Parts: sequence; structure tokens; C-alpha cells
Amino acid sequence: MRIVIAKPGLDGHDRGAKIIARALADAGAEVIYTGLRRTPEQIAEAAVQEDADAVGLSILSGAHLSLTKKLIERLSERGAAEVPVLVGGAIPPRDVERLKALGAAEVFPTGSPMGEVVGAFLRYDRGRAAR
Amino acid sequence: MSEKRESTTPSGIPRKPAYGPSDWDGSSYASGVADPGCFPYTRGVRADGYRGKLWTFRQYSGFGTADESNARYRYLLDQGQTGLSVALDLPTQLGYDSDDPRAEEEVGRVGVAIDTLDDMQRLFAGIALERITTSFTINATAAVLLAMYVAVAKRQGADLRKISGTIQNDILKEYVSRGTWIYPVEPSLRLIVDTIDYCSRELPRFNAISVAGAHFRDAGATAVQELAFTLADGITYVQRCLERGMEIDAFAGNISFFFYTHSDFFEEVAKYRAARRIWARLMRERFGAHDPRSWAFRFGLVCGGSTLQAEQPMNNAIRVAFEAMASVFGGASSIFTAAWDEPFAIPTQESAELALRTQQILAYETGAAEVADPLGGSYYVESLTDATERHVLGIMAEIAERGGMVACVEGGYIQQLIADEAYRKQRRIEAGDDVLVGVNRFRTNGTAHRLELFELDDSSVRTQIARLQAVRARRDPARAGAALAHLRAAAEGTENLMPPLIEAVESYCTLGEICDRLRAAFGEFREPIVI
Repeated sequence: MRIVIAKPGLDGHDRGAKIIARALADAGAEVIYTGLRRTPEQIAEAAVQEDADAVGLSILSGAHLSLTKKLIERLSERGAAEVPVLVGGAIPPRDVERLKALGAAEVFPTGSPMGEVVGAFLRYDRGRAAR
Repeated sequence: MSEKRESTTPSGIPRKPAYGPSDWDGSSYASGVADPGCFPYTRGVRADGYRGKLWTFRQYSGFGTADESNARYRYLLDQGQTGLSVALDLPTQLGYDSDDPRAEEEVGRVGVAIDTLDDMQRLFAGIALERITTSFTINATAAVLLAMYVAVAKRQGADLRKISGTIQNDILKEYVSRGTWIYPVEPSLRLIVDTIDYCSRELPRFNAISVAGAHFRDAGATAVQELAFTLADGITYVQRCLERGMEIDAFAGNISFFFYTHSDFFEEVAKYRAARRIWARLMRERFGAHDPRSWAFRFGLVCGGSTLQAEQPMNNAIRVAFEAMASVFGGASSIFTAAWDEPFAIPTQESAELALRTQQILAYETGAAEVADPLGGSYYVESLTDATERHVLGIMAEIAERGGMVACVEGGYIQQLIADEAYRKQRRIEAGDDVLVGVNRFRTNGTAHRLELFELDDSSVRTQIARLQAVRARRDPARAGAALAHLRAAAEGTENLMPPLIEAVESYCTLGEICDRLRAAFGEFREPIVI
């Protein structure tokens, strides 16, 4: 399974992104971590090039709604609308449903257990079903 | 809970069930500990502790436009806050104007947006800069913000020699853990030395740098790592100033520090006591400082951060209160107590007020501020201070052996140590080895606490952009263009950049324009990818 973990926008808090990247790698996934300040275009491009099974976004600046929306649009423009986008970070409870309405596959606010996040990613492993 | 369990501090220092004279016998008191106000300042930099001067209540705040933040600052000052701490939005921290496409969605969100001198004037409208101290959490663009602050002070008719405050201006930790870097390491260090040099001559009461460990800590470092990395950064800045030809006593007294206080009470107290001792000795013995001001390790800190939990969020107010008390016993000069709703959003006026009240209760009701270093002489605290010092010196020696902090940051070594520790800690929490109340123990079932969270008013962003464009339209374009050209030329040379930066902000050049000229001259940092 291949997963892109990305930090969109200008936020530099990468503790959560790195912990999840490492936990996914420990669980056997191949993880591509983008580093900081990637644009939705760059993340969509990475997801397509890497043939990712899923994309994880980590956002703690409060800009999660628009960044998620844009990434999903950029994926769609590249014919990769089926790639699930999982979003984590400082997400107020009121925004969980808003994110899902925008098309986020899963949302993990601060404090979500690592095991739960990893389990959610692994469910999107296309290889398990198709390969 | 088993009766005979092994215990270490979160940094891994072994901890016994009880301590006595065999752990610390007091024979080293005069040389290694000493009375409060005496070298090496283990017990504090002031002989009378907080009686002569209480710590500063410095609540980090700022959001939306300068006008909105100015209203919040005036409210906080009316409520008894004693210093300002300016939170800036990410575009301001990264040198983008509010109408830059890269700034979209981030304007005014995690702090106030400052594009031009006009915004800085609005931010301090009705606040006399001579009478307050202001701390700016700003790094890559610190020199530009300092130039704006100086320009506002001049317009208020203030005496620059009386202006006091702090810019964080610590880029090394940004590459490791906070992420608001722009330029590569060398030109960034040059800008920092320029500001320290400028302040030492023009703003003698202003701290041109606050070397920050806080962000290492919140990214996952232990208390011992936090202190070791911070001191190693401090040494780097001192060396760069000396290489510039500055005298140690001309600037060392204006270096301050900034930390996170996390949950383990005594480890935090010991960390601050050890920090003062190590720094005092470094300054006197290694760098040959003669002025006691240069030896004195002064620091501010924040309570909260990653110790705050989204589950049962009101518990966070209690966590912060204990952290604040450890900070006072550690001898902090200024404290920011985070609000309980920080895991979700920036604070509401109500949660921000409770956070301030926490410090006021500590200062005025508990007696904690009455006696300097009240834990000094405790077998446990002195022993833990000694052990912390040993561990910190060990890590600092390892960093020096690897070529110093710049090499360790550029190569990703520090990033790797922090990522390892963050992952280890998370696994301990998930395994239940580290207890978090309400998270992995004592969970409540049922309806979650109803949250009233802060929501940014979208009209703030439109106001900010309109104001920026109005400033661009009404300024003297020839003067602004000349100032930018001068800045670019200066950046390619070696002169101190503060005078051309002040000229540029006074010509109403925007932050984005200024940083674009510096990007063109300096290039941009390339981040090593570490997980």
C-alpha cells in the first residue's frame, strides 16, 4: 500500500504528520511524506505520480476546509477522484461533518488514537482487494 | 498500581521513591548552587525572587486585522495583563502579503496580519510603547517587524533607549520544528546578527533574540533535549556575534530564552534551575563575560501546548495551572498560560480571561511568589537539578562533536532525535504506559462538553486586503522603489540590514515586497525530509 502524507498550506506543525507516517510505515505501508508548505496542486501531483492508495492531510492552522476542498478538486482534475483523502489536525468538532461533506473520506481531530488512524488508512488498500 | 514500580522522569532520569542527604549533601552549595541572585544563579537571577518584580503575565494573542487585535490587547491590559505578546498570522511569518495567492485561507487565522507600517501603527493605537513591553513571536521576518516597531516608536515620539520587548528571531529551531523558515541558514544567521548588533547600539533595553526551546519540546523533545538544543542554539548565536566583532558584554545581557513547561512538575523546576547554572558558567568561563547581566539566564515560557487534550477539555485548565506553578518555582520572568480550548481553535475572550486569571490567582493568592526558589535545598530537587545538568551537557557535547548546531540542523540530526522521541511517547500513551486523564484512563461516556469556539470573521480578510491595496495606491512609488533597490543591494553586500529595512518600511514597502527582495538575494532553505 502506498500513502502520501502531506502538509498543505503554511502551517509548520509536523509532529502529527510524522507520527502517523511512521506508524503507517511500521504497519507495512510505503509512505511518502511531502514536507512542509505543499500546495494542493503539488500534493495531487504527488498522489498521481506515486499511484497512492490514499492521501493524508495534516493541518493545524485552521485552514482545513478550503485546503481539503482544493485538494479534492485538484485530484479530480487529474482523474484521481477515487483517491481517498483523510484529514487530521486541529479540527473543531463542528468542522468534522463539513469536511466529510466536502468529500473527505475520514476526519481525525487532535487526540485521535494512532491505531485508529492507521486502521482507517489500511482499509483503503486497493492491493488487498484487487491485486 | 503496583507498589514497587520503577520510575524515571519523562526524560529518562531514574527517580527514587525518596531522597535524602546521600543524594545531595549540600557541600557544593556555595559553588554549585549559591543564594538567589548569586552566580551561577541556580536559585534565580534576583536575590529577592518575585518580591522585587513579579513575573510578567504575557498572554499570546492576535487574530484578524490590526484593529481587532488592538481591541483585544487593550482589553487584556485593562484586565491586568502586564505585557503584550503578539501572535502573527502565517503569511506575516513567512513574508507573504495578505493578497498573495500563497496566503489565501491563512490571513488573520493564527495571528494578526501585518502587511505594512500602517498595520503596525493600528496594532499599537492608544498603547504607549515606552510604557509596555512587547514580545513578538516572529522569526524569518523578525528584522522587518522590528523595523516597523522602531518606526512606530519614532512616530509616537518615544525614546528608543526606553523601548523594551523581545523578538523571537531564533531561526535554527524553525528549521527543526516550527517550520516558518524562508532563507538558507547562513543569510538567516546574518540577519539575526544584524538585529542583535543594531539593538545593542540603538535599543539597549530590547531583547533582539529569544532563543526558543519551546518548539522542540512541543514537537516531541524531552525536557533534557529541549534545554540542550536551546543552549546549543544560544552558543551558535553568541559565536556568530563574536565573529562579527561584537564584545560579549555588549549583547549577552539582551539574550533571553523561551520554553514550554510540560506536566512533570519537578523535572520542569530542575530544568530551569540547571539552565541558569549552565548558561552562567558558559558565559563567564567559556565566553569571558564580565558583566553579571551577561551571566543571568532570563526566560519566558508557555504552559499548555501538546500537554492539552481534546478529550474532557476543561481538564486543560487544571493542567495549565499546575504547569504555571512549576514555572514559578522554576523562576520564569514571563509566563503565558494557554487557554483550555487551544486544541480546537484560538481562544475566545472568555477562555483567554480564565487563562490570565490562573496566573493572577497563583501570583496573589497562593503565596508562591513570596520566597525566592522555595524548593532550593530539597534533596530531590537539587539532585534532579544536578542530574539534568549532566544529561544536558552530555547532549551538548554530542552536538559539538557532530560539528555544532548548524551542521546538526542542516543534516536533519536534531529533527530525527525529536521525531524518534515523539513516536516513542505516542506509543507509550497508546499502550497506557503514560497516563493521560480522560484520554487513556478515566474516560467518560456520554455527551461531549458543548464547545463555544472562536470563529474568525471572514470580513477581516477582505478588510485587510483592501487596506493593503489602499496603502500601495497612496504611497510615493518612487520612494518605495528606491528603498527596495537599496535593500536588495545591501542584502548582496555585508552592511547591517536594519537601516535599509527601516527605510523600506517607512516608505510603506510591504512585507511581501521586502521579503521578495531578500529571497532574490539569499535564496530559500531546502528542508531535509525526516520522519
